[in-house]
Amino acid sequence: MKKIVALVSVLALCVSLLPLSGALAAQEVVNVFNCYDYMDETVFDIFEQETGIHVNKMYYTGNEDMMVQVRVSPGAYDVVFPSDYSVERMISENMLAEINMENVPNLKNLLPGLLNLDYDPENKYSVPFMWGTVGILYNTKLVDDPVDSWGILWNEKYADSIFMIDNVRDTMGLVLKYLGYSMNTREVTELKAATDKLIEQKPLVKAYYVDETKDKMVANEAALAVVYSGDALYSMDLNEDLAYAVPMEGSNVWIDSMVIPATAKHKENAEKLINFLCRPDIAQMNCEYIRYSSPNAAAIELMGEEYTGNATINPPQEVIDRCEFFHDIPDKYLTLYNSFWGQVKNAR
Amino acid sequence: MTNFQVPVWGYWMMGIGFAAFIGLLIAYIHKNRGFRRPIFASPYVLWLVIFTVIPCFLVAYFSFTDPQGNFTLDNFKSFWDSNYNARKALNPDDLALYESMGLSLDDLGLGRDSINIDTLVFSLWMAFLCTVICLLLGYPAAHIMADREFKLGPTLVILFVVPMWMNFLLRTIALMSLLEDNGVVNNVLEWIGVGRQKLLNNIPAVQAGMVYNFLPFMVFPIYNVLNKMDYKLSEAAMDLGCDKWHVFYKVTLPLSVPGVVSGITMVFMPAVTTFYISRLLGGGKVQLFGDLIEAKFLSTSLNEWNVGSALSLLMMILILLSLGLLNKVDPEGEGGGMI
Repeated sequence: MKKIVALVSVLALCVSLLPLSGALAAQEVVNVFNCYDYMDETVFDIFEQETGIHVNKMYYTGNEDMMVQVRVSPGAYDVVFPSDYSVERMISENMLAEINMENVPNLKNLLPGLLNLDYDPENKYSVPFMWGTVGILYNTKLVDDPVDSWGILWNEKYADSIFMIDNVRDTMGLVLKYLGYSMNTREVTELKAATDKLIEQKPLVKAYYVDETKDKMVANEAALAVVYSGDALYSMDLNEDLAYAVPMEGSNVWIDSMVIPATAKHKENAEKLINFLCRPDIAQMNCEYIRYSSPNAAAIELMGEEYTGNATINPPQEVIDRCEFFHDIPDKYLTLYNSFWGQVKNAR
Repeated sequence: MTNFQVPVWGYWMMGIGFAAFIGLLIAYIHKNRGFRRPIFASPYVLWLVIFTVIPCFLVAYFSFTDPQGNFTLDNFKSFWDSNYNARKALNPDDLALYESMGLSLDDLGLGRDSINIDTLVFSLWMAFLCTVICLLLGYPAAHIMADREFKLGPTLVILFVVPMWMNFLLRTIALMSLLEDNGVVNNVLEWIGVGRQKLLNNIPAVQAGMVYNFLPFMVFPIYNVLNKMDYKLSEAAMDLGCDKWHVFYKVTLPLSVPGVVSGITMVFMPAVTTFYISRLLGGGKVQLFGDLIEAKFLSTSLNEWNVGSALSLLMMILILLSLGLLNKVDPEGEGGGMI
């Protein structure tokens, strides 16, 4: 009897090891290239368990950095996460592969309003991953005026209590919007008007920051700050006096998408991963970790009131309607932007 | 920066440089008929070639070319006039249109702008101030530390060295938190009745950060010279009737000149190329020449790398010139031993 039990268990062990040895022989992989801290990485463990495809993780610091990397190491990456205007440029430079949407059935979970946008009109190359807005984070104890217009950033009452973003497109963009122009303008006179407006504002500005703003706002260092919505949520979680508003003149709305480089070596695995990341429960995990807005309607349903009741992460449609996407600006015009931004930064 | 590729002749240049190095090495071995001691310096020389000489050539190459690799002097014109490239990017048709509307280049904000030169002058001024302050603070400190009768001298030396074990960025970020409006320093100031001060995001804050970071580079060369100085010289001077001030003025000070010269070099060079410190403590409102160069290299637009290289090249020449001047004063380089 004992012998039979032993025999059976040995056989069972062998059988259970079979698929494992198979996996070891030809391990399926997918190479993911993402921003730092832009994914709840337990998600990859689940993906690996379910499909047996191993996820290799690699990181970049920003869109521009990513573009250089994808260009100089063809075939190294299978899934990348560029912003709207970078998707536009990558499409125009033939850097992206068309995604076979039949392999991404979970696309049906996504908000239709975030598909087929200008940067990828037929949605052939990209699947939205996260999105957000740019707006004003303000301290309700220090601000008693209504925060509904960019104009409050020029209010002398808040002199030396305003943080601006140290980035040419974000900051020029909001002023252009305030003046009633497009954030993607190529008109010199409009850029000049925005520059003058920013130079006029400079004495009121406490500092031009990028990453420092969110912590400084938590520490009550300023009354008003221009921030990305995700940073706003981070600060608001830590300091309950803070609130966030998207001004009535409109602002920037952006989408980070999932794309497959044209040189990718594991395209089918990449499609599997993209489909997996569009699954409601997975999209929910990511949204709750990253704290930006989710493009996934089914995930939003799962998160319920906690998500839908939060106007920062879930802005009403009318807010989105008055916002604008960034478009890729050719180098030639970027030179103009940079020159004007230099004038702002060096104004005394 | 999007689609930069090293041009074919760039590879050639690097290849020739490497071959020349190997050739020189072989010639050297041959001449000396075997391995002599200097041969052991070759790993360092190779290191120097790869990480100093070739990058310098690349900077020079970039500053005389456009993004397509053609020879141009535009990058230096951009130094003279920071709007040069922007004006070039404008369509001539558009420009004519604006002119017909009665808008001149100045109205468009694209007239000649001397941002780069102004910033360079400002950086030189800040570096000069920093050097003077470091000298005024550092000389007495070094003098006290080297004083044989002062028992706490060695302890002071350690106190100066220990902070340098920490990365300077960390120390500067800490300084930023200390100096902010609701920071520790302001809380103390309010508590003792002075009241809150604006300590951050202005020019004095940047200057304070520079002095804080570069002071050890002034103290140690001077300390080194004073410490090695023969004490008997001072004793002899005193025997011959000098009082303490005369000993300092007639003996110690002249003997410490090499240390002072070395200290000035060690402080002025990093001070004039400072960046990041100015961004952290100046809140992005105080721009030094280093920040300007950094911005050019972090920019997404294509031709900015070339302009940034031209700015770096000009700065390198400036530093070389000032080094040459200092070498005239301290030809043996006696001051720098410790660092």
